Amino acid sequence: MLRFESVHFTYPGGVEALIDLSLSIEQGERIALVGENGAGKSTLAKHMNGLLKPGRGRVLVNGEDTRRKTVAQLAHIVGYVFQNPDEQLFSNTVQDEVAFGPRNLGFSPQEVEEMVRSALEAVGLQAAASEHPYDLLPAQRKLLGIASVYAMDTPVLVLDEPTMGLDLHGTRMVSSLLADCFSAGKTVILISHDLDFCAEHVERYIIMADGAVQLDAGIDSAFDDPGLLERAGLEPPQLARLARALGIQETPGTVVDFLAMWEKHRRRRSS
Amino acid sequence: MIRLERFSFTYPGEDQPALSDLSFEVPAGQFYGLVGPNGAGKSTLCYALAGMIPHYFKGTLSGSLTVAEIDIAQSSLGELAGTIGLVFQNPFNQISGSRFSVRGEVALGLENLGVPRDQITDQVDETLEQSGLADLGERSPFALSGGQQQRLAIASILVMQPAVLILDEPTSQLDPVGTSEVYALLHQLVGQHETTVLIAEHKLERLAEFTDNVLVLNQGRLLANGPPKTVLTDPLIEEIGVQPTRYTQAARQARARGLILKKDEFPLTLQDAQEFFDDAAV
Repeated sequence: MLRFESVHFTYPGGVEALIDLSLSIEQGERIALVGENGAGKSTLAKHMNGLLKPGRGRVLVNGEDTRRKTVAQLAHIVGYVFQNPDEQLFSNTVQDEVAFGPRNLGFSPQEVEEMVRSALEAVGLQAAASEHPYDLLPAQRKLLGIASVYAMDTPVLVLDEPTMGLDLHGTRMVSSLLADCFSAGKTVILISHDLDFCAEHVERYIIMADGAVQLDAGIDSAFDDPGLLERAGLEPPQLARLARALGIQETPGTVVDFLAMWEKHRRRRSS
Repeated sequence: MIRLERFSFTYPGEDQPALSDLSFEVPAGQFYGLVGPNGAGKSTLCYALAGMIPHYFKGTLSGSLTVAEIDIAQSSLGELAGTIGLVFQNPFNQISGSRFSVRGEVALGLENLGVPRDQITDQVDETLEQSGLADLGERSPFALSGGQQQRLAIASILVMQPAVLILDEPTSQLDPVGTSEVYALLHQLVGQHETTVLIAEHKLERLAEFTDNVLVLNQGRLLANGPPKTVLTDPLIEEIGVQPTRYTQAARQARARGLILKKDEFPLTLQDAQEFFDDAAV
């Protein structure tokens, strides 16, 4: 689905953001792209939809070199939600903001209307449809940014800090929107510092530091190397830390996983 | 140090007050947390404490709000600048845009306060070091990542050494290690300079570790005011839309499923949770 082959990228001014990075992502994978501020996560993500093109090496989206594709063409495949919604939102109403993407992808007016309705419902913004995006609370703008990309129904979704500034209601809406994406078989890439949230949704962790992938692993081995975590600015998710403190060998992603593992551990100890 | 008595505020054109009948005190040198769902009034309260309300954002006030014995409504933003510092939620709103380097941006507040030049240099150097920005001093503020801009926003306030520091979700874009560094710095300010700190935050594990007391705000009203251990494990906070720590959530689920019967107190931190589940295992 997405393939990075020895990708190098240097920003004008000389900051080397990606250094010889290779990576392959298959359809339907659920991935967390994590690492410290400045590790190159957003730069990597912007290569996935052609906003940035590699200086050296190749990025292939569905087998096609992104250098031979326009951002508009790639927008059919990869949807990208910006970290800061203010960099993304530009329409005069919430409804137009969400309609913009699907309309440009060539969906019919009826389809666009339906996509807008379901996307706004998914993030609880139906009642705000005719408001100006800048009259919304920051958290609502974040949700609007997510809805406007979700509405495009792309096979790949990249979300940069999807839970930033969201309370429990907002976070739950993002969770259920992601569940819809998973059941539709979409590829989902979360770029996030919120590892507690990631642990509840992904199965693969790509840990970046210094412009390169340092570790590409499942939850069971993603948090084993304290030195790497320190360098990547990370702390294991709370439940993973708790399991470890209790001497549980496995690593839970969710509260439900944790309780099952803890019960097994408890039975083993008492027998 | 901070004292509110029946303080209310309504934005122009709104029927409902954004802050409603708030009374509480924050003693000097204390570290307070502020939690609540989106739209609860956390940012509005931060603006009010820093005098942005009513001097920048207009509206209808009642009751009283004093910080460091200054009646906020009766003073000016200029008078407050050396005493109270506010770090905004979005660092983009904080950065002046008038300076071409990080160093220049951090110096701006001190220049406005009329601090002598050599003293400015020393204070700026020290603050850049403390804030993890020493290597970025010559970089343009707009060539920084979101996380770096957030550090810059904090640095540009810290440099003025305010007696009262109000921070509105200042670590939302920082990685966990960066977040720990900010909290360590705040902890040091409280400990060494008796700075009074109030921080709006979604990351409850940090509040658990560092704060003396936590205020819970919902729909503009103060719902709770107490030690983090009591307030942040109360089921009430989840009901209003604040996400408890996964430790609290796991313990509550264990209890709800009847896996643990005898415990009444829910854990807030890793250490509490370890004891909770370890004891129960025996």
